[in-house]
Amino acid sequence: MNRVTSLLVGALVAFSNSAIASTAAERSDLNLRQGVSDISLEVYDLHMLMFWICVVIGVVVFGVMFYSMVMHRKSTGAKPANFHENVKVEVLWTVIPFIILIAMAWPAATTLIAMEDTSEADVTIIVTGSQWKWHYKYKDNPEVEFFSLLATQREQINNKFTKGENYLLEVDRPLVIPTGKKVRFLITSDDVIHSWWVPDFAIKKDANPGFINEAWTNVNEPGIYRGQCAELCGQDHGFMPVVVIAKDPAEYEAWLKAEEAIAMRAKEEEQRLLSMNMSMDELMSQGKKIYDTACIACHQANGGGLPPMFPALKGSKIALEKQNIPVHISMIIDGKNNMPAFGKQLSMSEIAAVVTYERNAWGNNTGDMVQAKDVNAIINGK
Amino acid sequence: MNTETVNDAHDSHDGHDAHHEHHIPKGILRWLFTTNHKDIGTLYLWFAFIMFLIGGAMAMVIRAELFQPGLQIVEPHFFNQMTTVHGLIMVFGAVMPAFTGLANWLVPMMIGAPDMALPRMNNWSFWILPFAFLILLSSLFMDGGGPAFGWTFYAPLSTQYSGDSTALFVFSVHIMGISSIMGAINVVVTILNMRAPGMTYMKMPLFVWTWLITAFLLIAVMPVLAGAVTMVLTDKFFGTSFFDAAGGGDPVMFQHIFWFFGHPEVYIMILPAFGIISAIVPTFSRKKLFGYASMVYATASIALLSFIVWAHHMFTTGMPVAAEMFFMFATMLISVPTGVKVFNWVATMWRGSLTFEVPMMFAIAFIVLFTIGGLSGLMLAITPVDFQYHDTYFVVAHFHYVLVTGAVFSIMAAVYYWLPKWTGKMFDITLAKWHFWCSLISVNVLFFPMHFVGLAGMPRRIPDYALQFADFNKWISIGGFAFGLSQLIFLVLIIKACRKIGEPVSDQVWEGAEGLEWEIPSPAPYHTFETPPVIR
Repeated sequence: MNRVTSLLVGALVAFSNSAIASTAAERSDLNLRQGVSDISLEVYDLHMLMFWICVVIGVVVFGVMFYSMVMHRKSTGAKPANFHENVKVEVLWTVIPFIILIAMAWPAATTLIAMEDTSEADVTIIVTGSQWKWHYKYKDNPEVEFFSLLATQREQINNKFTKGENYLLEVDRPLVIPTGKKVRFLITSDDVIHSWWVPDFAIKKDANPGFINEAWTNVNEPGIYRGQCAELCGQDHGFMPVVVIAKDPAEYEAWLKAEEAIAMRAKEEEQRLLSMNMSMDELMSQGKKIYDTACIACHQANGGGLPPMFPALKGSKIALEKQNIPVHISMIIDGKNNMPAFGKQLSMSEIAAVVTYERNAWGNNTGDMVQAKDVNAIINGK
Repeated sequence: MNTETVNDAHDSHDGHDAHHEHHIPKGILRWLFTTNHKDIGTLYLWFAFIMFLIGGAMAMVIRAELFQPGLQIVEPHFFNQMTTVHGLIMVFGAVMPAFTGLANWLVPMMIGAPDMALPRMNNWSFWILPFAFLILLSSLFMDGGGPAFGWTFYAPLSTQYSGDSTALFVFSVHIMGISSIMGAINVVVTILNMRAPGMTYMKMPLFVWTWLITAFLLIAVMPVLAGAVTMVLTDKFFGTSFFDAAGGGDPVMFQHIFWFFGHPEVYIMILPAFGIISAIVPTFSRKKLFGYASMVYATASIALLSFIVWAHHMFTTGMPVAAEMFFMFATMLISVPTGVKVFNWVATMWRGSLTFEVPMMFAIAFIVLFTIGGLSGLMLAITPVDFQYHDTYFVVAHFHYVLVTGAVFSIMAAVYYWLPKWTGKMFDITLAKWHFWCSLISVNVLFFPMHFVGLAGMPRRIPDYALQFADFNKWISIGGFAFGLSQLIFLVLIIKACRKIGEPVSDQVWEGAEGLEWEIPSPAPYHTFETPPVIR
């Protein structure tokens, strides 16, 4: 009972306190959030304006109807009146709604025009959706690019571990943007249609394969902002969140420098690994780690897959026969049918590890070991 | 409306009935070969009800999975199949056939025609439907499962990334489309050609008017849907690239084509409901419908506007700002004629002499709850805020208010209103009231909190959700199970009515009911108006 009361009170407070300033990023369980940009606040105000207009219309119309239901009952002796048309009234209730509509359309159009003006951006970020992850690339610092995957453990989803505070709304590598700058997003997709949505910025824009959409924001407050993919994109549509960290410009610049340095080092490391051989144990343990994040959703923990959409790896020709090692590697790099391409997401040594893992797990005991240089040979043609 | 049958209807009917009865096969063959509009109406209505229960069972699977955060009952891939097939079945298998069934039963009786104009086609347009749905349902048992791309089957998810069952999906949608088009042609031809002498257009009951307009919408847009599914078929299996950018196509073009069908389709599912409510409210207000002519014009305006608003389903696809504004303004405009209708119903009740029999209870619930769905629709029209609402549970709440408490409630109201005329017996009123109150309460527990979780940020079509949505989802699921169970009361009531259990009713059935269908005997004889009545 207490919970019901608190929900009702909550509903009233949430809907009546629109005028009272609350901290902008505050999350409501009942209402749209105000968000952290000027635009998102405008959108929120527009939403509340529309809401109250609708409430007033509803109260008036239902009020008249309920009055009639109480006062004009046959059981209290009401005799039916004879009228069945009245041009004046009918013209009136056509014209008045029309005027209300114009009052709504004006602020809506103004906000819309502002939202669609992506000119003169300070920072441009290329956002690419694919099944089921986001990829971010900084247009002016092209070395800085990374995939952003769901970080919630499978065990939480399968109810084996307790669910954390940000269950399904956490990623391994969040997008980082500066506050107080106009940030433009160029949004596209590698496979099906996704939709990049951050409620606190009032941005929801579809990621269409083969086309690029634009959106922008100018965030007022540093913080962590969470959203989700909003367009049905296949089986793990519910598991591709968006997390954006807004930092003040100085911190953002420092972060960007550090990321560039890390990217450089990773490239060097990749070169170094090409000349090295990893042991079977190393390959298997790293391979399992990668398999459990990148492959497990479709091919399943036991390698059995979900045929025929997602074939089994256990006992498959490609994973067992020695002459198919190159096919196995390129399938991971380029994808095939329903399988997405992982060439950009995984490094050469990671691909080597996961291929080795798939050829030796679940009774696929081929003993084959694949090294980073084998993957390099496929990618760069020897 | 004054009517007078030229010959005494009872006498002449008895003679004819005996003559025709001779040719009616008994048992299953009667239903297989029937060309009688009343039999076909009954078939459509039973089919729709069975589909409503099957589609409802799928909704129960969805709500069971969403009862708690985490994956408990089904895999995400199967969850997507459930949301997809639930939508397809409810739209094409439940709501549309139910309205066609009502049209079959009522249109000839309301305009004083002996039957539908094309009775053999009528038989065929019904009997291909069960096969369409057998094909669709059997695809769920294929390797790789049935369609899992949402009832809107957006490309390229439905083309390059779908399973082989897509072929079955396309074939079944084609059959449903053929059935709908034939049904619509039948309605148009019947209404245009078979009205009794004196039944001018502006004397037709509104149910006939709204169905006439609906039928034209169907003929206009079902071929568009057929085109869309055909392009999906060739993109998937025959190497075309209508919706594949890599081959010069455009995935967004799919959405334009789909919603050019899809938006008029929404009105196909609500215009006949307007006709039903416009019949019931005057009866139980004992007062003529307020603004008959403006009701007709409003229906026609809604139908015309429905062709220029389709892209309001696509505001986030990245349209030019001018196009967004056009579709925003055009969509807002629809609220004017829709408002006129609601105002007219309220004005009909105003200073009437109201009683609240079961059909009236459903009609009043319709007016209130449909209006709530209409108002959230107005909010959704506003492009800048639609960016926030789009593809969230706010949209799910909106379209379930207009389709469940709108279209489905109107169908239930219609069944309660005309059932005594069909069977000749009053239905079990106690059960009907239980059905009403259980449905009314549970449907709001089910759909109202969806507004809240949607605004708070829960996307639609997800099998699992963040913890902040957990409390409301539990309530939504409880409401869902209760609403599902409430429909079993309806099933029992209908079975009792079909077995003719209950008090006999008069020809007029309801005090205050007006129209040709209330002047023929109860139950309605197998053949009616073989000699047309004259309407003065």
